[in-house]
Amino acid sequence: MTAAAAPSRFRRPRRENGGDDSGVSARRWFTPWLLIAPGGLWLLIFFVFPLFSLGRLSLQDGGLSNYSTVISDNSTVIIRTFVYATISTLAAIIIGYPLAYVIATKGGKYKNLFLALVILPFFVTYLVRTLSWKILLFDNGPVVGILQSVGILNDSQGILGSPFAVVAALTYNFLPFMVLPIYVSLEKLDHRLLDAAADLYSSPARAFRKITLRLSLPGLFAGTLLTFIPAAGDFVNSELLGSDRTVMIGQIIEKNFGKEFFRPELSALSFMLMAMILVGVIVYARLLGTEEIA
Amino acid sequence: MTSPPVADLSAPVIEIDHVVKRFGDFVAVDDAHFSIGQGEFFSMLGPSGCGKTTTLRMIAGFERPTTGAIRLGGVDVSKVPPNKRDVNTVFQQYALFPHMNVFDNVAFGPQAKRVDKATIKKRVSEILEIVRLTEFASRRPAQLSGGQQQRVALARALVNLPKALLLDEPLGALDLKLRHAMQFELKRIQREVGITFVYVTHDQEEALTMSDRIAVMSDGRVEQIGTPAEIYDNPASVFVAGFIGQANLWPATITEHATGTTRVTALGGASLCGSCGDVTLAVGSEVTLMVRPERISISLTQPTSQNGGDQSVSATVSDLAFQGPIVRLALEAADGSPIIANVDPDADLPLLRPGDSVWASWTQSAACVLPSVPNQQPQLLED
Repeated sequence: MTAAAAPSRFRRPRRENGGDDSGVSARRWFTPWLLIAPGGLWLLIFFVFPLFSLGRLSLQDGGLSNYSTVISDNSTVIIRTFVYATISTLAAIIIGYPLAYVIATKGGKYKNLFLALVILPFFVTYLVRTLSWKILLFDNGPVVGILQSVGILNDSQGILGSPFAVVAALTYNFLPFMVLPIYVSLEKLDHRLLDAAADLYSSPARAFRKITLRLSLPGLFAGTLLTFIPAAGDFVNSELLGSDRTVMIGQIIEKNFGKEFFRPELSALSFMLMAMILVGVIVYARLLGTEEIA
Repeated sequence: MTSPPVADLSAPVIEIDHVVKRFGDFVAVDDAHFSIGQGEFFSMLGPSGCGKTTTLRMIAGFERPTTGAIRLGGVDVSKVPPNKRDVNTVFQQYALFPHMNVFDNVAFGPQAKRVDKATIKKRVSEILEIVRLTEFASRRPAQLSGGQQQRVALARALVNLPKALLLDEPLGALDLKLRHAMQFELKRIQREVGITFVYVTHDQEEALTMSDRIAVMSDGRVEQIGTPAEIYDNPASVFVAGFIGQANLWPATITEHATGTTRVTALGGASLCGSCGDVTLAVGSEVTLMVRPERISISLTQPTSQNGGDQSVSATVSDLAFQGPIVRLALEAADGSPIIANVDPDADLPLLRPGDSVWASWTQSAACVLPSVPNQQPQLLED
């Protein structure tokens, strides 16, 4: 009844303006292209073109063998990079989801204040923020002192230079990117759906799993990408807070690009990093269920 | 008028036992006390803020009574959370799960109760059949019309075969035509499943059409409970008379009590009788005399009890409007009080014009004597 009536209601009457029809539709066809032209051109010149030349460079001299060489030469670093990025992303979810949840559901009139506090670190330069951790985690600094006195660290142990310092700093630096998208998806969650779930015999835990978590998946997905991708490509945290034991791919690229300009192996390494992130994202999206994301 | 059979209240499904609900200083529900029987279609009717939704939410378990008790099937559930109560709700905006299709929405309750898969499939199919949505099982709520979403919400609640189904203004979001169709649809479904329906609405016509009994609420208090006919013909207060249907409400003073009738003066000194309403009020009390517009007849000469009502007053026509099935006459009594009369356009009346003198008459059984001060004194907190 209503279903049959619906399409006709939305059907647009044709030939509304008689003979002028073709002119209008031509302009309509043109408009979207006009709108994406500035951004499109920008990306073409400053993103697609450099990427293309980088890709061509990566295949020079040795061809595809460049890739197998960089992979076998840097296998430890590659694995380490993805382990660090994965752990810091998981940590950001564990810390960020409850934070976003509490702000969105219990924040009340202080919501905006809490959000501002989440973003506050961004008002300080990334580099300075990370450097300040060096003061914090210094061997004679407050954190190490407390941990030593409690007995978690013995007197000869420090934090600076350890994988823990790097992963913790990565988590800290990218946490807001996790919190904000999750907050957005939780904020627009209709609370009546949770009433309905409770009404339909669901415990609060089941209601959370079936409703809240499901409907916040898009935010969780966006947050994961925004955390994992920059974490996997990061070099600052490991450079400033790590040591020889914590070298990440980003550091190798950054160091060598400076000295030996445009070497095919480095291009291959960069490309490989990008490809691995891309594959990771696709697998992740599949696991989460594409339907929920869209 | 014959009343529909009133449900058996010897073993009520729901008992509201002197329930009070306060939000801070605000008394949302003030000493509600009534029972709802098995298989009854029970409506709570009142303007917004009258406490009807709060009462429903207390039955569902979303709110707890400040004092008093709510019993389901004889068991006190006042402190039981909603997920452990055997009632289900159809929410005002349906609150369907947007990420699930119709089947999964309906299966949500049985799954939570860990009913086995085969049974769930069978029961969901049956209930979708009843609400006529079988071919929409794999659609998402966003792909359905308002009326279809409404029926999914109904199916999602009914599939659990609850002790009672609670409906919170379920037709409020639908347009008028669909609302009328759904009123009959709801009655049909209720007869088919035989479950008690507790229905919250601010629409008096909806309540009159569907209910076995209605509780009329105002300012947190239950003003009257009765069948639609009882409430319409014999309202307990000025508020009920005015809220349900149209009513002439005239200030009056009681002059005498006789058997089965109360004599009052009203409309500029006319001595009139009322035989329904509150007959316990003292002589001399300021009261309100109520007569429904359709119970008033119009004639050019003073009627005798044979050809008209036994109660009559003279009046002047001030306005008249043809409204299709009725002609609506606005009259003015000797003291200037307005009298509204709805008369049959086929009635044997000469062409009336504003200014004409006529007689308005009715039978004394159509006139109710109501306590004049509306039952709406400001709330006083006992603590």
